[in-house]
Amino acid sequence: MKQFVAFVKKEFRHIFRDQRTLIILFGMPIVQLILFGFALNNEIKDAGIAIFDQSKDVMSIRLKGKMLSSGYFKEVEELYSYKQIEKAFKTGEVKLALVIGSDFGKQLERKEAARIQLIGDASDPNTAQTLTNYAELIIRDFEQEIHSNGIEVQRGASAIPRMMYNPEQKAVFMFVPGVMALILMLVSAMMTSITIAREKEQGTMDILMISPLKPVQIILGKVTPYLLLSLINGTVIVLMGLFVFGMPVRGSFLLLFMEMLLFIITALGLGILISSKANSQMTAMFISMVGLMMPTILLSGFIFPIENMPLPLQVIAQVLPAKWFIIIIKSVMLKGSGLFNVWLPSLVLASMAAVFLVVSMRNIKPRING
Amino acid sequence: MEKVIEVKNLTKKFGAFTAVDAISFEVSKGEIFGFLGANGAGKTTAMRMLCGLLSPTSGEASVAGFNILTETEKVKKSIGYMSQKFSLYEDLTVSENFHFYGGVYGLRKSEVNERMEEMLEHLDLLHEKKSIVGSLPLGWKQKLSFSLAQVHRPDIIFLDEPTGGVDPITRRQFWEMIYAAAYEGVTIFVTTHYMDEAEYCNRVSIMVDGKIKALDRPAELRKHYKSDSMDGVFQVLARGTSGKG
Repeated sequence: MKQFVAFVKKEFRHIFRDQRTLIILFGMPIVQLILFGFALNNEIKDAGIAIFDQSKDVMSIRLKGKMLSSGYFKEVEELYSYKQIEKAFKTGEVKLALVIGSDFGKQLERKEAARIQLIGDASDPNTAQTLTNYAELIIRDFEQEIHSNGIEVQRGASAIPRMMYNPEQKAVFMFVPGVMALILMLVSAMMTSITIAREKEQGTMDILMISPLKPVQIILGKVTPYLLLSLINGTVIVLMGLFVFGMPVRGSFLLLFMEMLLFIITALGLGILISSKANSQMTAMFISMVGLMMPTILLSGFIFPIENMPLPLQVIAQVLPAKWFIIIIKSVMLKGSGLFNVWLPSLVLASMAAVFLVVSMRNIKPRING
Repeated sequence: MEKVIEVKNLTKKFGAFTAVDAISFEVSKGEIFGFLGANGAGKTTAMRMLCGLLSPTSGEASVAGFNILTETEKVKKSIGYMSQKFSLYEDLTVSENFHFYGGVYGLRKSEVNERMEEMLEHLDLLHEKKSIVGSLPLGWKQKLSFSLAQVHRPDIIFLDEPTGGVDPITRRQFWEMIYAAAYEGVTIFVTTHYMDEAEYCNRVSIMVDGKIKALDRPAELRKHYKSDSMDGVFQVLARGTSGKG
């Protein structure tokens, strides 16, 4: 045990002496979260809207007012004909056009279907989709308002969507679990594989193997500091999510930590596996980058929905620990799920961790170079 | 003389290839034993087996009185090791390196301190205790490395081409350290490429194609092979083989 403590102490010295490591460890999570949380925001505020109001009655002005006071839209242009719509789009400032048919108010009064048209600029399809969604929500809200004022609206069966768990559809709710998966993968898998590869590269692994330390102790000694630092990092991300971005933790913190620990162990297993194959730091870094970081960013469902991927990529996504981790974290944080709800993804993660650890431990053989 | 290394018919096969072919020898306490051979002759494999890192295919050996197969842990505690690549962590200070190795061998903090002061004093490097190892000259690092290999007072020190890439003066100083250690009763088992260094050993063995072709004191070997240098002896022995290496 004393030997083990001496080893872990040495590991911490390596970490705290190397500024690059420190920056990656503590700077990265914060920068990433801020980047994803603020800069890559796909929420829309004050999008330019052009309005072609053919009625100009009380009701249409009321709808207009509701639209513009929502915070999502600001009126850039008032239109007087259909022809002007395309011209407005071409300026680039207008992202959505709202056309209110003539006799809007009268139609509502007569309980007829009032005609409203939304025209989006789909040269940027995501924005157009999001904007029309926002506008539709506002219009539906408007309908309900006047309905409660005693005016009945004629309509067939229509669904009223309600976005549960994230009613404002905040993107940051997706980014917090994603960044957490990414950072934990980075610290646990990549940094571990690099630090073990470094011992091999510098020849100090020979000395460790010849010392009374058992191979298992060496590996545990190497990963323990990264396990602790990963937990700290995970906690920082959860707290930042909570206090900076308002992402709630509706489930239990204990479960959240246990799941985090499980994911960290899985990532550490991967890191050890990589380092058992890589004999230099460069190789370890390259394998981690291409084999772990890229798929975690692109395929884990963190940025692009897995359901929209072609089948082969969907299959790959299934074997990414991050995919399962993100499912768990979102469920625990947003839906307040207990272990009972997330046992399946947890089991998948645990099995992955077991496989990685067993395979990597088998691969670590005491050996001297030469 | 007390035997600290005893090797009998030690053999290691990798598939069909026999890396070490039934070698036998003994090393006495306090002896400086040179282990020579061309690259690929089986030196490293033999040394690995003696350090308990590789199990032999057949044969047996004991190091410091412990069986290398059944008492590996005890063997590991009794030996020190230093390789060509040095054994120091460049980003740690001299003192941190000592405390790490001392700790790994189960020494108490006070023991490490005492041992470190004593050895640094001897090297006249006490003032560098707090220096980062990476900032020190190569020759110093090598001496420190050798000191670290002795921090737990091992019975035997294995040196794997310890003087690679070092200037002649530093090499000379290094061998003085080896002599000093041997004088205190530590057994030195050293592999080297430098034939002039072979002259410094009490006895040398020359390995060719997995077998020990010659084993004696350098002077006897020179006489036997009618050569005026160890280099000549080595050439005769190495050329007598299948032409490999």
